[in-house]
Amino acid sequence: MQYLLLIYAAENSGPQPDTPEFGAMFQAYMEFNKETKAAGVHVAGQPLQGIETATTVRVANQKIQTVDGPFAETKEVLGGYYLLDCADLDEALAYAAKIPTAAWGSIEVRPILELNFE
Amino acid sequence: MNADLTHTHIEDVVRNSWGRVLSILMSHLRDMELAEDVLQDALIAALSSWPQSGVPHVPEAWLLTTARRKAIDRLRHCQMHNSKAAEIEMMAKLTHQEHDASESSPFAKCKDEQLSLIFTCCHPALSQAARIALTLKAVGGLDTREIARGLMTKETTMAQRIVRAKRKIKAANIPYKVPGKEQWPERLQSVLSVIYFIFNEGYTATSGSQLSREDLCYEAIQLGTALNQLIPDEPEIAGLCALMLLHNARRAARCTPDKTLVQLKDQDRSLWDKQAIKQGTHLLLGALAKASLGPYQLQAAISAVHANASDFSQTDWAEITVLYGRLYELSPTPVIQLNAIVAMSYAKDAEFALSALNELQTAGELQEYQYFYVVKADLLVRTKQFEAAKSSLSRAIQLTANKIERAFLDNKLLELHNR
Repeated sequence: MQYLLLIYAAENSGPQPDTPEFGAMFQAYMEFNKETKAAGVHVAGQPLQGIETATTVRVANQKIQTVDGPFAETKEVLGGYYLLDCADLDEALAYAAKIPTAAWGSIEVRPILELNFE
Repeated sequence: MNADLTHTHIEDVVRNSWGRVLSILMSHLRDMELAEDVLQDALIAALSSWPQSGVPHVPEAWLLTTARRKAIDRLRHCQMHNSKAAEIEMMAKLTHQEHDASESSPFAKCKDEQLSLIFTCCHPALSQAARIALTLKAVGGLDTREIARGLMTKETTMAQRIVRAKRKIKAANIPYKVPGKEQWPERLQSVLSVIYFIFNEGYTATSGSQLSREDLCYEAIQLGTALNQLIPDEPEIAGLCALMLLHNARRAARCTPDKTLVQLKDQDRSLWDKQAIKQGTHLLLGALAKASLGPYQLQAAISAVHANASDFSQTDWAEITVLYGRLYELSPTPVIQLNAIVAMSYAKDAEFALSALNELQTAGELQEYQYFYVVKADLLVRTKQFEAAKSSLSRAIQLTANKIERAFLDNKLLELHNR
């Protein structure tokens, strides 16, 4: 079963670039990627660019509305994701706890609704 | 026709077996909703056939076999027949085996199944309210109406809560298994807190016109005891069992027949259940010998000091103060600090305790906690500051939702006015 692990944290709450902590975090993410790939659970996973690059689109009365910014202003923002193929929720939760950002942010774990479109 | 076999009796027999039978059904069906439905079907079958045939020699085996047959029927009728072929075959095979082994019990070796059921029901991915409801239903065998009444919730709300929880178990694929080593501490904690919550709901009934609801306490002790038998090497489980037994031993003395609350210091200790105290103390000593201290063992130890004191003045307050200190180290909460202050007021003096209490209040803790104001009023009375004591008691009364407790506090306030 696939789970989407959404990585949330307050802006600028983690290690800042050009500090030794930042290097350590980067290393920890590399190791997490390596571990999930070796275990065969890794489907996808990437960090996102900052919230200032977000654009939100809505369609009202068949008219496209495009606005600058995320869909909602919140303190914690989505910073990245993993898509993992796990045996069950416990396995997904165990990986979530290993994501470096979990130490200062939060990881939301959502099962993928598997629909057959064929 | 056996006249003794009333429906209530049959329901009791079934309920006692519920958790064990359900856990085995779950291990093969992997679907809590279906497992509960077919066990419910088996109960209905028992209600119609046992009055004629009598209770079977091993009721659990009868229920299991019957439930499995019902499961085959339901699986065959269900639309996705093909995808369920494997389960049907499995059920058929098992039913057949059971039939051959007729009276031998399949329950001796179902330890993992029972534990899996408890851990699934208490999974931290479910809300605390859902864990409590599911545990009472699936493990304790209570029906939704009983659970709603016990927890003072509307039956429809409770039914919805249970359905949502089961849906999440299925949709998120919450596993039906005993957690591994990494997740063990968090998961065990979750199970213990569910059991203790159920006990406390029964013991101190936070609202309503009854001080305690015995059935919930009984249920919690049953759950704890079963868990302790399944995992005998976890001292915190034994600690929780000891704590519940020792608290429960004082039940008869906590309330007069006309439902007036009796404080610990005024309780008639001859009403305490000596057997339960002995049993609880014994369990606690066994747990402490494993030298892995935890909050439940410490709370049980405090309760044991009270339970083994011949009267209030003989209480070893110095020991209790030390135990609260250790407890505070493990879980530094203001409520524990408050209890430590009470112990200190007897171990040392009320003056000293009052200054510690004022510090706690200055820190802004426990503003809405009624027991804080009860303690404060008591310390003020003992240091002869009666006016301040009255206002503290009034605040406590404002914060109390339980009728019996409120009556008790009203009475105290009246005594203060009359002095």
